[in-house]
Amino acid sequence: MSNPDNNIDANSKILDDVTAADYKYGFTTDIDTDVIPRGLNEDVVRLISAKKNEPEWLLDFRLKAYRHWLTLKQPKWAHINIPDIDFQAISYYAAPVKKDGPKSLDEVDPQILATFNRLGIPLEEQKVLSGMAVDAVMDSVSVKTTHRERLAELGVIFCSISEAVKDYPDLVRRYLGSVVSYRDNFYAALNSAVFSDGSFVYIPKGVRCPMELSTYFRINAQGTGQFERTLIVADDDSYVSYLEGCTAPMRDENQLHAAIVEIIVEDRAEVKYSTVQNWWAGDAEGNGGVYNLVTKRGLCRGESSKLSWTQVETGSAITWKYPSCILAGDNSVGEFYSVAVTRNYQQADTGTKMIHIGRNSRSTIVSKGISAGHSENSYRGLVKIAAKADNCRNHTQCDSLLLSSTCGAHTFPVMQIDNPSAVVEHEATTSKISEDQIFYCNQRGIPDEEAVGLIVNGYAKEVMNKLPMEFAVEAQRLLQITLEGSVG
Amino acid sequence: MDKEILLDVKGLRASVAGKEILKGIDLTIRKGEVHAIMGPNGSGKSTLSAVLTGNPAFTVDAGSATFNGKNLLEMAPENRAHEGLFLSFQYPVEIPGVSMTNFMRAALNEKRKYLGQEPISASDFLKLMRQKRAVVDLDNKLASRSVNEGFSGGEKKRNEIFQMAMLEPSLAILDETDSGLDIDALRIVAEGVNKLKTDDNATIVITHYQRLLDYIRPDYVHILYKGRIVETGGPQLALVLEEKGYDEIKRKYDNNAAE
Repeated sequence: MSNPDNNIDANSKILDDVTAADYKYGFTTDIDTDVIPRGLNEDVVRLISAKKNEPEWLLDFRLKAYRHWLTLKQPKWAHINIPDIDFQAISYYAAPVKKDGPKSLDEVDPQILATFNRLGIPLEEQKVLSGMAVDAVMDSVSVKTTHRERLAELGVIFCSISEAVKDYPDLVRRYLGSVVSYRDNFYAALNSAVFSDGSFVYIPKGVRCPMELSTYFRINAQGTGQFERTLIVADDDSYVSYLEGCTAPMRDENQLHAAIVEIIVEDRAEVKYSTVQNWWAGDAEGNGGVYNLVTKRGLCRGESSKLSWTQVETGSAITWKYPSCILAGDNSVGEFYSVAVTRNYQQADTGTKMIHIGRNSRSTIVSKGISAGHSENSYRGLVKIAAKADNCRNHTQCDSLLLSSTCGAHTFPVMQIDNPSAVVEHEATTSKISEDQIFYCNQRGIPDEEAVGLIVNGYAKEVMNKLPMEFAVEAQRLLQITLEGSVG
Repeated sequence: MDKEILLDVKGLRASVAGKEILKGIDLTIRKGEVHAIMGPNGSGKSTLSAVLTGNPAFTVDAGSATFNGKNLLEMAPENRAHEGLFLSFQYPVEIPGVSMTNFMRAALNEKRKYLGQEPISASDFLKLMRQKRAVVDLDNKLASRSVNEGFSGGEKKRNEIFQMAMLEPSLAILDETDSGLDIDALRIVAEGVNKLKTDDNATIVITHYQRLLDYIRPDYVHILYKGRIVETGGPQLALVLEEKGYDEIKRKYDNNAAE
């Protein structure tokens, strides 16, 4: 059957319609919020630290980071166009006003609970039915933590980082900034100076964490940036699977989000870190949306340690993130599985770094980019094999799926191999959803929208399969919803 | 007594990229009938199947097509499928990553939704898959494989007939289902089609060769040439064609056209 050129327009129209759907989670909850005046200086850093009753060493850490940040400029090397951000126009701290400190769900502000319910995150149900411990973060302060007691029996620590600073100061002090230094980059320095809250996880030696640990982040207060800090430590022979999921309300102003995730994996320990990210991406004309400028890195310090990153990224106007593994331990394993969807005027520059230092260390990278509309979607990756790292292996699979003729898909793979025994492979493909595939589905009774959803989920399956079960279902629905539109 | 009319095509003209391919097709198909459409390359056979099933690459310029009493040409392709029209593709399309199970469940549930029925239960669905696989002797592993990906030519065609069995169309168009098949695969595919035959459904078999018609016996044979049905007859017409080849048709109708 022939496929004449004039049909491509009709087909792109279908895909454009399908991929131009509205953000479904756009709303702002009206709750009392305690907001520091806009702007950033040493006094603001001191004020944040004071509000949180922090010890002196942490204030010092923040001040050093702040002073270093002053010497840095916003990085411009990524294939994204970040408007100049006025860092003095941002408020660096917002906390829901506590009435008395809720002891149970009944005491949590019903408006907050309603927000989570509209997002499909019923805390109660999650708590009871799914066996997950949920550390729900609205803006900057933890609202509710569940399952703490059960975890405590095993010696697992899962709490907000503010609580950890109070209750486990030695652990936090030992590991904070040990993988992502405040000197690492512009946004890491900023986060280190002003981080508000986040999660802390410690899995003791030999403990297999019996439930998925989960945190839901949500940007809420108007004009407030969010600076989470997550620190996960897996001690020898331990295992933990950590889930992070995000949505944000629709709003006009751009929102800055500069988080840090640090993970330390000791001997024979394993950490799985899964993310589903669906922050507001801006409107169809490219106005508004979240700037997601994140530093995520794990250190596989122990021998035979393993760190696996899985991410499904559908949101944010701008995404700048490279969850990475430093494979320091001999026989350590690093994995990165990613699906990044961009549409309208979204820009994503994302990928990973696999730094092989330990002998026989192995890494796998599977990146699936999906671009629609006028978006720009880039994979940027570094595979580095150090001179003394014998017998290392890397396999990289880097695929791009184009849904429009106006989008861009780019790959920037870098390999630095300083040891001749390394085996490094890189595979890449670029494809489009063809009108033949859509028509084949149509002929079997499957309409355009469902056909695109089916094909895209098929394309991304290799990554989706790496997500924990309950998350995979959610992520599949998210992919479909993201690409859903006004067809018919 | 004549059976009920299933498909009624009148004066159908269609073009692709501004070039007219179908130049006035008249075709009436009743329940229980098998029609063969034969003709040389480029005569418009595949275009006819594409236009009837609503492929957006083709433009209908004139004429009408009524299916089950409804205006076929106004329906979206998926609704034509739900109404009972099925096309066994000449070149089945590969859809990487989408398992046959998911694909067929999506297709079946869309149809059930159209008919106002509840989605099929997982156990009923798997039972149905097992049952229908047997029609074309298709391997168990098929269910977990991606749609047509890495299938051999024969497997692809068997997979088409398997899908036909799943969806139980009232009118199936087999577009050169025999092309690329060895004699054993041809027999399996043809037997599958025959098993699905009832008094209430109908089949259009599009082919170059008489060979397939030894297995699937047509009630009518039409010869399509340069966008028109130039001759219609019984099964013996195919035999005549086999004997004399398309050259005679070409000579005869090229001369007519020249006059």
